Amino acid sequence: MPAPQLSASTLTDMANTLSKSIYAYANPAVFEPVAERIFRLAFIAALVFAGFGLYFGLLNSPADYQQGDTVRIMYVHVPAAWMALFCYSAMAASSAAGFIWKHPLADVAAKETAPIGAAFTFLALFTGSIWGKPMWGAWWAWDARLTSVLILFFLYLGYMALWRAVADKTRAARLAAILAIVGFVNVPIIKFSVDWWNSLHQPASVLRADGPTIHPAMLTPLFLMIGAYMCAYIAMLMASMRNELAARRIARLEAEDHAKPANLVET
Amino acid sequence: MTQFLALIRRDVALAFRADGGALQAASFFALIIILFALAIGPDLKLMSAIAAPVLWTGGLLATQISLEQIYRPDKEDGSLDMLVETNGALAGVAVAKALAHWLSTGLLLIAATPLLAFLLNIELTALGPLMLALLVGTPGLSLIGSFASALTASLPRAGLLIAIIVSPLYAPFLIFGAGAAAAGAAGDAQFLPNLMLLGAASLFAAAVSPLASAAALRFNLD
Repeated sequence: MPAPQLSASTLTDMANTLSKSIYAYANPAVFEPVAERIFRLAFIAALVFAGFGLYFGLLNSPADYQQGDTVRIMYVHVPAAWMALFCYSAMAASSAAGFIWKHPLADVAAKETAPIGAAFTFLALFTGSIWGKPMWGAWWAWDARLTSVLILFFLYLGYMALWRAVADKTRAARLAAILAIVGFVNVPIIKFSVDWWNSLHQPASVLRADGPTIHPAMLTPLFLMIGAYMCAYIAMLMASMRNELAARRIARLEAEDHAKPANLVET
Repeated sequence: MTQFLALIRRDVALAFRADGGALQAASFFALIIILFALAIGPDLKLMSAIAAPVLWTGGLLATQISLEQIYRPDKEDGSLDMLVETNGALAGVAVAKALAHWLSTGLLLIAATPLLAFLLNIELTALGPLMLALLVGTPGLSLIGSFASALTASLPRAGLLIAIIVSPLYAPFLIFGAGAAAAGAAGDAQFLPNLMLLGAASLFAAAVSPLASAAALRFNLD
């Protein structure tokens, strides 16, 4: 059977349609109402997911046979840790998109993902620390996972610091995108090195609290909470992207206002 | 190739001038070790136990303060524009700059290490593995560091920002480097794996850093 032929012109056509549909959203007037709608939907979905997730997680799921009720920290901790990594990947992906296609919204998405991701990372560290106290007897145990998430937190901070330091927004976007991509390819290496470091310095078995497999009754609230966190991320991203676009517009209008000659302003 | 070598020669010469980074970095390295020793107290046993990790940390911090000097002066006096204009392969320029930084600052820090190691009462048998680990790991520090320097070349004061950007990326070097030094001192079989992973980290930096630096430099031109 002959393979379906794709001529060069069909490919170009497809690429053109794709880029046209993507670039339409580069216009804030087009993006704005869509972002508004996505924000509302995601916000409501996050509330619903969190409502059910917290109900099942905190009230209607079994306590762990070893950890007792402490295991319920898992329902806020694990999704946060998951989102910490997800947001960094999303940041690197939109950075790459902004770098390759010079799409202004991709840069804004990457920039606005960073503080949200950093907040999830902090939440993962904070709840992990609270979980560690009853489990390990210490707030911080230099567990391999906690340590690599701590380093991830500082990767976020470096990215945000670079954005703040470069005054020209276009240049800041390009430079921050390069840093995000370099950071992203380094994350597995850092993760591996910390695992190696940890196994070298202390036996991992002591700190492995995650027994055999998770009971299905615990899996339901966990998945619900992951849905809640994901929807919350989307809602916050849309809100802060709209904020950023509005802030840039205000800055532009003010700059135009200052650029006017004084006598024109007075009349 | 002659251009490549000329660039390295120029950068090494500049690094040893009064306002170049190499000598300052080495003095800072010595001062970090002295401050560490003052904080620990004159407990020779404790000192020899933590000598290698302290030297690795000190070398890493001293490297960081010299990074700003790699690209910023070139950006300020316009020679960076010349380099970009006259070189098709900007990544080659980035390799030369990183190599020059290692030949000046990196080697100087390694040369200062034995003296400082004896101040910290290191065992004679532990010195060899430590030096070897530094020799394998410091090129990676220069490569990653020169990337951060390229990223911030157009900023007037980037020292602290470079430190914040670079420190998380230096974590693997510190882990494998200090790990190799510790394993080597104890005669542990983990020495070689640690050293090889350290080499892998340096090689990975050699693959990523020149391309990323070249991209960053292009966006830092006016």
